[in-house]
Amino acid sequence: MRHTITVLVENKFGVLARISSLFSARGFNIESLSVGETIDPTISRMTLVTSGDDQIIEQVIKQLRRLIDVIKVSDLSDMEYVEREMVLLKVSADSQNRAEILRICDIFRGKIIDVSPKTLTLEVTGVQDKISAMIGLLKPMGIIEIARTGKVAMSRAKK
Amino acid sequence: MKKSGAKIFVDTLIEHGVDTIFGFPGGAVLPIYDQLYQSPVRHILTRHEQGAIHAADGYARVTGKAGICIATSGPGATNLVTGLANAFMDSVPLIAFSGQVPTSMIGNDSFQEADIYGITIPVTKYNYLVKDVNNLRRVLDEAFHIARTGRPGPVLIDIPKDVQIKETEFWEGKEIDLPPNHRADDLDIQKQIKRAAEAIRNAKRPVLYVGGGAIISGASEPLKKLAEKASIPVTTTLMGKGSFPETHPLSLGMLGMHGTKYANYAVTEADLLIAIGARFDDRVTGDIKRFAPNAGIIHIDIDPAEISKIIKVDIPMVGDANDILSALCKMLESKRHPEWLDKIAEWKRDYPLSYDKSGNEIKPQYVVEKIYEVTKGDAIIATEVGQNQMWAAQYYLLDRPRSFVSSGGLGTMGFGFPASIGAKVGCPDRVVFDIAGDGSFQMTIQELATAVQDGINVKIAILNNGYLGMVRQWQEIFFGRRYSSTCLGKSPDFVAIAKGYGAEGIRVTKPEDVEPAIKQALQTDKPVVIDFCVSPEENVFPMVPPGEAIDKMLDQGSGK
Ligand SMILES: Cc1cc2nc3c(=O)[nH]c(=O)nc-3n(C[C@H](O)[C@H](O)[C@H](O)COP(=O)(O)OP(=O)(O)OC[C@H]3O[C@@H](n4cnc5c(N)ncnc54)[C@H](O)[C@@H]3O)c2cc1C
Ligand SMILES: Cc1ncc(C[n+]2csc(CCOP(=O)(O)OP(=O)(O)O)c2C)c(N)n1
Ligand SMILES: [Mg+2]
Repeated sequence: MRHTITVLVENKFGVLARISSLFSARGFNIESLSVGETIDPTISRMTLVTSGDDQIIEQVIKQLRRLIDVIKVSDLSDMEYVEREMVLLKVSADSQNRAEILRICDIFRGKIIDVSPKTLTLEVTGVQDKISAMIGLLKPMGIIEIARTGKVAMSRAKK
Repeated sequence: MKKSGAKIFVDTLIEHGVDTIFGFPGGAVLPIYDQLYQSPVRHILTRHEQGAIHAADGYARVTGKAGICIATSGPGATNLVTGLANAFMDSVPLIAFSGQVPTSMIGNDSFQEADIYGITIPVTKYNYLVKDVNNLRRVLDEAFHIARTGRPGPVLIDIPKDVQIKETEFWEGKEIDLPPNHRADDLDIQKQIKRAAEAIRNAKRPVLYVGGGAIISGASEPLKKLAEKASIPVTTTLMGKGSFPETHPLSLGMLGMHGTKYANYAVTEADLLIAIGARFDDRVTGDIKRFAPNAGIIHIDIDPAEISKIIKVDIPMVGDANDILSALCKMLESKRHPEWLDKIAEWKRDYPLSYDKSGNEIKPQYVVEKIYEVTKGDAIIATEVGQNQMWAAQYYLLDRPRSFVSSGGLGTMGFGFPASIGAKVGCPDRVVFDIAGDGSFQMTIQELATAVQDGINVKIAILNNGYLGMVRQWQEIFFGRRYSSTCLGKSPDFVAIAKGYGAEGIRVTKPEDVEPAIKQALQTDKPVVIDFCVSPEENVFPMVPPGEAIDKMLDQGSGK
């Protein structure tokens, strides 16, 4: 099963290398990883998506907790959470499909952020399924370049 | 007052109680070596950085203190890597220092530059590259804390040359600010202890499975109390050897691939397995699905990640073995298991460790038995890797902890001899024997020079079979006796080599000369190499074939 795990880490040199070294040394897979500073600049937050059976996920979490620079690990899959990913897409656009691309962009509440005679560049944010669905629709038009941020996520506030 | 990085280095080590370091100098550590020149710290010059780190490792295993070693940048630092991996696998507290090119030159492919920080991330508990002399003191204090607390392990500190030279006022120690070194999961330990006591009360066929963690924790006393009070037989891993007296009637010796039959049978039949500081290594469990198939499992370990890593645990207890066992003991009443102990006595009688004593060759097992007798079981035993290691484990019974120095997790040939040097430095009043293989010994044989120069009187007993014996054994049993590259050919003259280095050398070719040679070695006030020319194709039995259940052991005569 796929799990979304957030990790608070010391924001210092080498931490990313330690995390990726852990995943490769233990044969865990990382589907996506995104990192950014928190309000406290000495602490970074990572969101990583991994998959495996319960025993593997338990090990992923425990092994992450063993690292000296790791402050807190939470498996969001155990709780309600919100997630987003952003993607930039450069699509080839001619007079025939330009309208269609704009329509798809609109449906997915994307934005056109760059235009050239032969391309349109879209920015879309959403849950991963939505982004994948949109990429599926745009593929036949010819996607020239794609950049995905990887997922970021956090637990929902208690109501 | 200002101090240079090198001075801070030496002063901080002394403050932390360091009296000995093992190392090998070079350009990038010249400022540190210059400080060592005038310091009270003993520096032991090995002949290879691998020798230095294994010596520091051996020192740490027998004393429980952090072992310290130092190397220069580039090739010096990369020579430490095997030793770091070795200490990491066996949870040994160690601090390794490497010199580095000056900070301004890092990343330029400078002379003798290697990214030792990056290289050693996967084989250290933690590591540092100190880029600012103002941080040096804090890093040193943290390193001692990290190496020694929780589950111990090696720490590497890479110090660029300019950081060793620069001066700062910030050299005084402060409280270190680190997250707790081990975090218990959200288990209420008191509740778990109650559950464990209940399980022990109800068990009919309990077995204690004790590992290296019991030695690290110093848990021998509560362990013995628990075993005796609740009448539970004890088997140890290779790493747990000596945590429970092996001459005790409740001792089953070692379990696993080359463990005793009675230990493996007992674990297989047990209805309760109490694992203490042991990590269910594959050399121990064999086929995991058939390991302790009838048993509930209690697991005491300081590292939460070890719990249910390999096998699902019924009663996990995260914490220090000594603390938990002491608390557990108090909860228990005396209990007897006459039927279970009778069964075990029967297995011990029917399936003792044994070897073929016919013929007039020297049997390697016989050599170990004689070393045991002559040293009255009181020596520190270092081993190399292979058959020699297994025979040492099987035939040298140890009654006290921190006396068996062996590379368990990594299985590093060449570890034993330098580790025995470190062990002797740590425990100068004890007899230290390295039970060696002819193959392994040649991987770090150059350390004879170190032992001679520093008057470190270790005794090396080579079980010289002319083969990379353990690998040959596998070729014999599983590859139809095709001895591909395991024959070592004509043996080098180990006696001449020993003498060439200024040590003593004795060659033994007849069984009746074994005991006198050991006695002579002990009476000689020098490092001594005894070259025991043993049966070349002797095998280690019992043996669990890889992937088999541990009660399916091969024995003498099988497989040939
Ligand atoms: C050729 C060869 C053959 C081998 N054959 C065998 C064999 O037949 N049988 C065998 O047993 N081994 C054998 N070994 C060794 C084996 O590979 C492992 O190294 C060994 O079994 C591991 O021992 P352990 O489980 O005690 O764990 P260790 O590696 O000693 O780990 C210690 C455990 O204790 C925990 N711990 C640390 N401190 C504390 C504390 N204060 N309180 C509580 N827990 C703590 C740690 O977290 C860790 O889980 C062999 C090795 C070689 C090279
Ligand atoms: C550095 C290293 N290389 C290779 C091995 C694989 N290996 C394990 S045991 C062994 C044979 C060791 O030979 P020797 O030291 O003569 O011991 P014996 O088994 O003959 O007692 C080998 C090659 C190892 N453990 N370590
Ligand atoms: Mg050999």
